[in-house]
Amino acid sequence: MAKRLTREEVAHVALLARLEVTDDELDMFTGQLADILEHANDVEALDVSGVEAMAHPMQLRNVFRTDVIVPALDRDEVLSQAPSAEDRRFRVPRILGEAP
Amino acid sequence: MTLPDGWVMVIGLEVHCELKTATKLFCGCPNMFGDEPNTNICPTCLGLPGSLPVLNENAVELAMRIGAALNCDILASTFHRKNYFYPDMPKDYQVSQYDEPINLNGRLDLPDGFRVGVTRAHIEEDTGKSTHVGGDGRIHGATHSLVDYNRSGVPLVEIVSEPDMRTADQARAYVTELRAILVATGASDGRMEEGSMRVDANISVRRSETDEFGTRCEIKNVNSIRSLGRAIEYEAARQVGLIEAGDRVIQQTRHWNEQQGRTITGRVKEDADDYRYFLEPDLVPLDPSPEWIASVRSELAVLPATRREAVAAATGADASATAVATVVDLELDQLVLGAVAAGADGRIALARASNEVAADAEGGRGLDVAAFTAVIAMESASEITATQAKTVLGELLADGGGDPEAIAAKHGFEAMDGSVLDSVVDKVIAANPNEWQRYKDGDAKVTGFFVGQVMKATGGKADGKAVTAALVARTKA
Amino acid sequence: MSESPTTAIDIAAAVRDGRVTAAEVVETHLAAIDAREAELHACNAVLADEARAAAGRGDAARAAGATLGPLAGVPVALKDNMCTRGIPTTCSSKILEGWRPPYDATVVTKLQEAGAIVIAKTNLDEFAMGSSTENSAFGPTKNPHDVTKVPGGSSGGSAVAVAAGFAPISLGSDTGGSIRQPAALCGVVGLKPTYGTVSRYGLIAFASSLDQIGPFGATIADAAATYNVIAGHDPRDSTSYAGAMATIGAAELAGDVSGMRVGIISELVGAEGIADDVKRRFTEAADALSAAGAKVEETSVPACVYGLSAYYLIAPAEASSNLARYDGVRYGLRIEADNITDMYTQTRTAGFGPEVKRRIMLGTYALSAGYYDAYYGKALKVRSLIARDFAAAYEKFDVLLSPTAPTTAFGFGAKTDNPLAMYLSDVCTIPSNLCGDPAISVPFGTGDDGLPVGVQVLAPALGEPALFRAAAALEGSAP
Ligand SMILES: [Mg+2]
Ligand SMILES: [Zn+2]
Repeated sequence: MAKRLTREEVAHVALLARLEVTDDELDMFTGQLADILEHANDVEALDVSGVEAMAHPMQLRNVFRTDVIVPALDRDEVLSQAPSAEDRRFRVPRILGEAP
Repeated sequence: MTLPDGWVMVIGLEVHCELKTATKLFCGCPNMFGDEPNTNICPTCLGLPGSLPVLNENAVELAMRIGAALNCDILASTFHRKNYFYPDMPKDYQVSQYDEPINLNGRLDLPDGFRVGVTRAHIEEDTGKSTHVGGDGRIHGATHSLVDYNRSGVPLVEIVSEPDMRTADQARAYVTELRAILVATGASDGRMEEGSMRVDANISVRRSETDEFGTRCEIKNVNSIRSLGRAIEYEAARQVGLIEAGDRVIQQTRHWNEQQGRTITGRVKEDADDYRYFLEPDLVPLDPSPEWIASVRSELAVLPATRREAVAAATGADASATAVATVVDLELDQLVLGAVAAGADGRIALARASNEVAADAEGGRGLDVAAFTAVIAMESASEITATQAKTVLGELLADGGGDPEAIAAKHGFEAMDGSVLDSVVDKVIAANPNEWQRYKDGDAKVTGFFVGQVMKATGGKADGKAVTAALVARTKA
Repeated sequence: MSESPTTAIDIAAAVRDGRVTAAEVVETHLAAIDAREAELHACNAVLADEARAAAGRGDAARAAGATLGPLAGVPVALKDNMCTRGIPTTCSSKILEGWRPPYDATVVTKLQEAGAIVIAKTNLDEFAMGSSTENSAFGPTKNPHDVTKVPGGSSGGSAVAVAAGFAPISLGSDTGGSIRQPAALCGVVGLKPTYGTVSRYGLIAFASSLDQIGPFGATIADAAATYNVIAGHDPRDSTSYAGAMATIGAAELAGDVSGMRVGIISELVGAEGIADDVKRRFTEAADALSAAGAKVEETSVPACVYGLSAYYLIAPAEASSNLARYDGVRYGLRIEADNITDMYTQTRTAGFGPEVKRRIMLGTYALSAGYYDAYYGKALKVRSLIARDFAAAYEKFDVLLSPTAPTTAFGFGAKTDNPLAMYLSDVCTIPSNLCGDPAISVPFGTGDDGLPVGVQVLAPALGEPALFRAAAALEGSAP
């Protein structure tokens, strides 16, 4: 059986998910998530060796579109929904580092 | 630049190339460089809530062509999501191929025969583009950034090499050859300056070929093949310097700064890098039929290496000669092969094609093979001189065609009578006694002077080689 | 005109025949909304102007001699996680408040082409995460049968819209029971079609491999008519089924089940927390099918018991990725900050409610380095086992039967402090989503508290004809 989820792990996951949690929330979420994962221990304990993973209910393959241009959206309509726009682009606060 | 004795550099390259499709990878927006910002966007490539991707069949075809050209196994494959937050990625995950890429286990042979392993060549989507405002236009020091999603979702193939290369020259040759292959197959236009082909270099050093691999750094932001060589040599030397000084190399991304001629620290790999790859549930597996794969392989354009061999065989040149590479790169090889087949001298045809015709490659690709053959034939029969042949070719290219004989006649080009040439040479020698003395004393540099004077006196009709022969004859007299 | 029609089928027939105008139909339903919406809060937006305009266009088209569609003049309420062009689409989340999509979901286009009139966008648990509609950022929806009780969820608003007569039909989305469970708790019919038969294009994703749009109706026939309109291949959805799909017609709706092999899933009937009154109604339903000529037997689908665990690893994992895009850059809420990372974090922290955060964190954890194999990877294999066991059961049975929800509608706040208890509300509905199979909830009497009970019919993929046949039989014999 897996060891119980820790506060530190939840804090790390919150960081990855770009969520901020207060100390109280951290306690609450840690308890709740640990309960849910403990319920999932029945699954964790199951022997599934030799069983294929099923990521999708439909066993479809090779779904394509043809390489033909479709009309694009109106830029003004799209930018009107942006929290901030400048010079025909989406404006964002300064970026701290390059993409990984 | 070479490394200190005993040190070996290990280079692996990751090349991202944009595929030459009409539309993006998962939506019908135009795949077009340089358009007005945010005009080629739709719910899918903007990552709007509720939008879904549908795979572009032509992108798959082009990716398979790349796989075929690199001798890869072309396999059933899947798409995963690579999760990370970044503003140029509208869904905050990139759809890419992960543990089941379409192309695996290939190779690329450099013109000198050196073989580089190709680990994989997989399909993924490109990101949008950020412009950094304030500061000096770079990300650091900017006050804010502006994002354009026109490039978001453009199809890419990422070609990952094995760490097989040992010199910057090999790395340059690899990228040059890969680019030629991409262009030849029609998969990509390979424009490094427009970013349609982007090269990242993984570099490490070790004390001997039998040592373990050293810690590697990834060099990004290399915008030309020339810079690639410089960046690799700088980076390898930097790493050797660190180790010899008792320091260690830290695994990180570094940027090539062209102005300063050095690599600078970029992003250190962090513990927080956890991309949480999982199978993209909005797409289904890609499983090209054996018939499709076979047709891609059989319809593949003739690759540059094969074309170079053909040109070499026809012209007597070496397959790795620059002139041969030039005519193949510029797609002038059919012109040369056509001329040789029609009886033209291969050596002269290759020389003219790789120089004068190459200077106007677009015109050259439209040049009539018969006209080109006629010019080469006139030159090799000494009916016109090399210089005159260049003039005739220049006019053919400028006018988009014409009759070579008529052009030569118009200029009064004709084989010069030997006695006329002799008398001109004598006059020139008489008029320049000091130079003649230097020539006789063995100063080869004066040869050009005499040839130039004779050309001037004959209105360019003399054959340079005949002039040189006449001069040599007079020193023996 | 004798009496105004109430079912979708009757309304469409009356509008086609000119016995009533679409404008009149819309006014009748707007009046119904007016009468109870303040009390029930089923709607995030009532589209009175748009609905009147659409009715006017429909009536004008009829006057001009146009052929009207199968849902001519029928008001429809849409769960507010389906994109409607120019009309706010919120997912009942602060993070999308005010967002006006620049495009319509495929189902919206299909409904409109069939003549239906979108009359409201309905409330839901934020991003469809919940089983009570209490997780809406805009306040809970009330059960019309007892306003102190929840309507179920997450498509609570759409279930209530039909139960309260705001619209004869509505659409919901079902990821783990989000159509069927509220249908049961509100006493209406709710169908989760076979995965891939209804396009997801324009449905705001919760868990892509599980999400499926489906109809609510007061009757089986209305649910079938709506399904017939929204089902079909969509080239904009790669997971859309491209083969032939059955149209549900009079043959199925006649409900002839003689000779039909019906299996009672013993693991679900015997599941933890199934209330006695629900069990009693369920037994009556099974007996009714038997009396109508079906061969009803208990059967075992052993891996079924792992459904809940697998679901609560798979759905949050997909959700954690699907909900990454709400980052304050392109649309929706932004909390301004000094740098982009802080902007992301503050926007998402302010914009998402606790249940959404809980599932994002759970899913992020299940996918993260070091845990993937133990959790997400394992859950996908368990999903295979469940599908395998269902496939084996369908070798012997045409349809399977279970309760829809463990209890009748529960009180507000009864399960909000204990997420796991809430998740258990979906124990009977989750397996169909994992397998992609169709399932329907049919109202079947009431519990001891006088509140509706639903019975669930399950069928193999593309087994909608058998499903409707059994459902129609149940409807005919319901107390
Ligand atoms: Mg990549
Ligand atoms: Zn697009």
